[in-house]
Amino acid sequence: METIVIGIEGTAWNLSAAIVNETDVLAEVTETYSPKTGGIHPREAAQHHATYAAGVIRDLLEEGKKNGLKASNINAVAFSLGPGLGPCLRTVATAARMLALSLDVPLVGVNHCVAHVEIGKWKTPARDPVVLYVSGANSQVLAYRAGRYRVFGETLDIGIGNAFDKFARSAGLSHPGGPKIEEYARNADTYVPLPYVVKGMDFSFSGLSTAATDALKSNPIEDVCYSYQETAFAMLVEVTERALAHTGKGEVLLAGGVGANMRLREMLDIMCDDRGASFYVPEKRFMGDNGAMIAYLGLLMFKAGSVTDIGKSHVNPNFRPDDVDVTWITED
Amino acid sequence: MYLASGAEATVTLEHGVIIKERVPKRYRLKELDERIRKERTRAEARLMSEARRRGVPTPIIYDIEDFTIEMEYIRGEPLKNIMSPELSESVGELIGRLHSGGIIHGDLTTSNMILHNDRIYMIDFGLAFVDRTIEAQGVDLHVLFQTFESTHNQHEELIEALGNGYRRTFPDADDVLKRVKEIEKRGRYA
Repeated sequence: METIVIGIEGTAWNLSAAIVNETDVLAEVTETYSPKTGGIHPREAAQHHATYAAGVIRDLLEEGKKNGLKASNINAVAFSLGPGLGPCLRTVATAARMLALSLDVPLVGVNHCVAHVEIGKWKTPARDPVVLYVSGANSQVLAYRAGRYRVFGETLDIGIGNAFDKFARSAGLSHPGGPKIEEYARNADTYVPLPYVVKGMDFSFSGLSTAATDALKSNPIEDVCYSYQETAFAMLVEVTERALAHTGKGEVLLAGGVGANMRLREMLDIMCDDRGASFYVPEKRFMGDNGAMIAYLGLLMFKAGSVTDIGKSHVNPNFRPDDVDVTWITED
Repeated sequence: MYLASGAEATVTLEHGVIIKERVPKRYRLKELDERIRKERTRAEARLMSEARRRGVPTPIIYDIEDFTIEMEYIRGEPLKNIMSPELSESVGELIGRLHSGGIIHGDLTTSNMILHNDRIYMIDFGLAFVDRTIEAQGVDLHVLFQTFESTHNQHEELIEALGNGYRRTFPDADDVLKRVKEIEKRGRYA
C-alpha cells in the first residue's frame, strides 16, 4: 500500500514543505528567507519561518488536493530534529507538532544530514555510496556501515558554504557567496597559493578563508576566488577518495547546496574516473535544503516503525548523523 | 617489485630499497598538486626521523626527492600475523613516545608494525602529522583498537596491554584512553 508523508524543512534559511510517496514528490512549496544585508540572522530566519509556516502548509495541502490528495491520505508528518539553527528548528518543530496533532498522524523527527543522503540515493542510481555532503553549515564525508551512517571525515571548524560566505562578505559580495565566487573564478588566470589543511581524514576552512581575504589586498578578486575554490575542493575530494579506498565502495554521491558548483563536480568526476568508481549527482532541486528530503526520510523511518513521541520531540541543534540508528536499511 | 598502492602513493622494492612515490592527482591543479606532494614527502621523512630520535624504530631514509623517499626495507614479520599482549604492550610504549613528541601516526594498524631483530619498527608515516591535542591522540589509538577488534580475537587483552605500555611512556595516557571511549560512542572513524 502507498505511504504518504509530509515533510517540513527549515533548519536555516529555506522554509520548504513537501508531500511524497514511495516513488514521487507529489507537492512542494518553498518560501526562502533572504537577508537584506550580511548573512543569515538566526532570529530573523526563525521569524520568517514563523510568519510563513501556516501559509506554506496551507498552499501545500491545496497543491496536493489539485493532484487528488486528501488530508486523510497522509500517514505521517516529518521534520528536522537537527542539526541547524536553534530558533529555526524550534519554530518548524512547533508547526510540525501542530500539523501532526490536527491530522492525527504520527510525528517523525529526522536528521537533516541523513535526509540529504537518502534523497540522493532515491533520486540517483546510487545504492551504497560514499557521500560528500557540502552545505553552508556542514561538510562531511559519510558512508553506511553496520546500522549507521559513519562520518569518515568532516570539517574541524566551519562548513565550506559558510567559509565561502565569510570570504564573500569581506570581498563585498552578497549572500550567498558560493555562486559569485564560482562566477569570478571562471575569469582567473593565476593560482595564488593558499593553505591546504587536511588532518588525517578531517579538513578545516577557517584559516583558508582568512588567508583568501588577506590575498585580496594584493591579487585580483578573480584569481583569489579561483584559488580558494581549487584549494578547498581539492581538500574535500582528497578525503572522499580516501574514504572510497578505505571502505572499498564503488560509488560517490554528492549532496548539499554547495554541490551545485560545477568545478567541484568536475573534480569529483575526474577522481571517480581514475578510481573506476561511479559518480552521482541528483537534480539541483534535491541538493540544497528541501522539504522533499525530510518527507522522504520520514517515509523510510515511518515504514520501519521509527516514529517520534511528541513528548520526546525536542530539537537538537548539534544532532550528528552518526547518532542515528538506521532502521530502514536491511542488509543482504 | 610492486608492493602496495594506497589512495596517495605507490611503494616498490628495488635492489633491497623501498621506494615510496606520491602519485599525481588529476583532479588537483598541477601547481597545487605538486606543492602538496612535495610538502608531504618532506613531512613524512621529517616525522620518521623525529620518531626515531624519540626511540621509535623506523626505516632509515637513504634519499629524498621531490615526490619520492628511498628508505630501508625492514625484513620481518608484520605484527598482524603474530600479535600478542606482550607485543601490544611494547607497541603502547612506542605510541606513547610518538605522542609525547607531538607526533600523530595517522594510520596505526598491525600491518604497519614489523618485528625485526626483536625490535618493533613503525612504518608508513604517510598520514602522520603534528598535533598535541587529546582528540588527535585519541583518534590515533581508536583507529588501532578497531584493527584489533576486526583482526585479532583477544582484542580486549591487547587493548589493556597496550594501555599499560602507553602509560609508561606518556604522562597524559589516562586522559587519552578516556577520550578513546568517548570517540567509540560517537561511532566515528569506522
